[in-house]
Amino acid sequence: MKVLVAVKRVIDYNVKVRVKPDNTGVDLANVKMAMNPFCEIAVEEAVRLKEKGVASEIVVVSIGPKACQEQIRTALALGADRGIHIETDEEVQSLEAAKLLKSVVEKEEPKLVILGKQSIDSDNNQTGQMLAALTGMGQGTFASEVVVEGEKVNVTREVDGGLMTVALNLPAVVTTDLRLNEPRYASLPNIMKAKKKQLDSMTPADLGVELAPRLSTLKVEAPASRQAGVKVADVAELVDKLKNEAKVI
Amino acid sequence: MSILVIAEHDNSELKQATLNVVAAAKAIGGDIDVLVAGENCGAVGEAAAKAEGVNKVLVADNAVYGHFLGENLGELVAEVGKSYSHILAAAGTVGKDFMPRVAALLDVAQVSDIMRVESEDTFVRPIYAGNAIATVKSTDSIKVITVRPTAFDPVAGEGGSAAVEQLDVVKDAGLSAFVNEELAKSDRPDLGSAGIVVSGGRGMQNGDNFKMLEQVADLLGAAVGASRAAVDAGFVPNDMQVGQTGKIVAPQLYIAVGISGAIQHLAGMSDSKVIVAINKDEEAPIFQVADYGLVADLFEAVPQLEEELKKVL
Repeated sequence: MKVLVAVKRVIDYNVKVRVKPDNTGVDLANVKMAMNPFCEIAVEEAVRLKEKGVASEIVVVSIGPKACQEQIRTALALGADRGIHIETDEEVQSLEAAKLLKSVVEKEEPKLVILGKQSIDSDNNQTGQMLAALTGMGQGTFASEVVVEGEKVNVTREVDGGLMTVALNLPAVVTTDLRLNEPRYASLPNIMKAKKKQLDSMTPADLGVELAPRLSTLKVEAPASRQAGVKVADVAELVDKLKNEAKVI
Repeated sequence: MSILVIAEHDNSELKQATLNVVAAAKAIGGDIDVLVAGENCGAVGEAAAKAEGVNKVLVADNAVYGHFLGENLGELVAEVGKSYSHILAAAGTVGKDFMPRVAALLDVAQVSDIMRVESEDTFVRPIYAGNAIATVKSTDSIKVITVRPTAFDPVAGEGGSAAVEQLDVVKDAGLSAFVNEELAKSDRPDLGSAGIVVSGGRGMQNGDNFKMLEQVADLLGAAVGASRAAVDAGFVPNDMQVGQTGKIVAPQLYIAVGISGAIQHLAGMSDSKVIVAINKDEEAPIFQVADYGLVADLFEAVPQLEEELKKVL
């Protein structure tokens, strides 16, 4: 079966995020960018499905500026077969991303679509669910285990308080949580091979989707920084302060 | 304006997060209705009717909603919610699952995890794991919003007397089925919504020593968390992890024990109202964000803390 994986280019998770002095956004100039960590887990899961003989082809798709092709090439080096780049320099919000992915799904007809549960920049946690709703598919969100059995996929989900397993009809959408797997590193020969793999580029207009953002960001600020408080001499003083000064116990 | 709040519950009890979301709805202003969707969830409807500020409670009681499957809830809420100006739910794993489906079915954007209401169309939410705070304005006719419960003080759970109406709307998308669940058998509150959290780090040295923290937590009615370092060292399971790659918490009181305070941990807990740090290294970065710092060996301080708390609680 064919598996479609969506990946997003975001700020590298090791980079310290700095808000621009004019409060228009986060400073991304000359900042190291990388594949969103949850998307790496999505790619890894698809590759493991292929290694098990469940997946026959892995198509990786990314939306964004030309530079996104770096992340597509990374996914190809990790084991994806073919790439699709939807090129735009505009801001793409979750609903629009879902609409773009929907048109890719209609063309490619994958049995399974795997996405990260959220990107570490906008932290929305929306695109997978929106795509599932728009395409009339079931969804296994926050997955910690994915087992394909015939025309069904069993997805174990990380929910508040524990785990929950659902059975979904295929085709279905899965979004990844941290414990699903530990992504591998790409080997040098595979990085070289990835350069020769097919990568098709298209625009939102080619897919018949008009980008029309519904949300506007008025300002972005640094969080209120905490001031260091006081040092207490012993446990008795600590408990006294918590009870009588902070009044939290 | 009219606001539909989707109740969070387990078919028998209304979760407190619902009261936090009603508080967010009050901050927006307008009539507030609460939708309780579940199976044999009549008691939850009665409880929601007592919440302060609720106008009407709608109960959709059917087996198709029993396990809160996102596909079925999405269709139900999109159908019921289309006549409202705002649809709100808690940003727990249920709300995060079905709300984007609602937004997509209504062809509107979703504003996730709001921590403040600026006006009826403008909301404040964290991005980059809380390292930046965005003020976002929605131009959609229906605002679909998930709410960070800990950011809003709950409304009173008693005193209200809203009318309860049964809804005969059955939406079975036929796409998914519940198989089973393994919920942690703990009497402690959920980490993400607990009022007090006691967390341990690498300084705990091993998993057995977390029992000390559990004893303190049980005195306080607190949840127990851990730093990524403690999880990576194999002391405790990953679902206890607080931080950028784990759970984001904002309790009234956060007690960090043997945690140095790596940036990735601070991203998950620095919105806590009061932070206590217990660490023997007085240079540990955790002290820079702590309201009360105690430089001490945790293996002496934690048992003392348990004794002192027994005296005052």
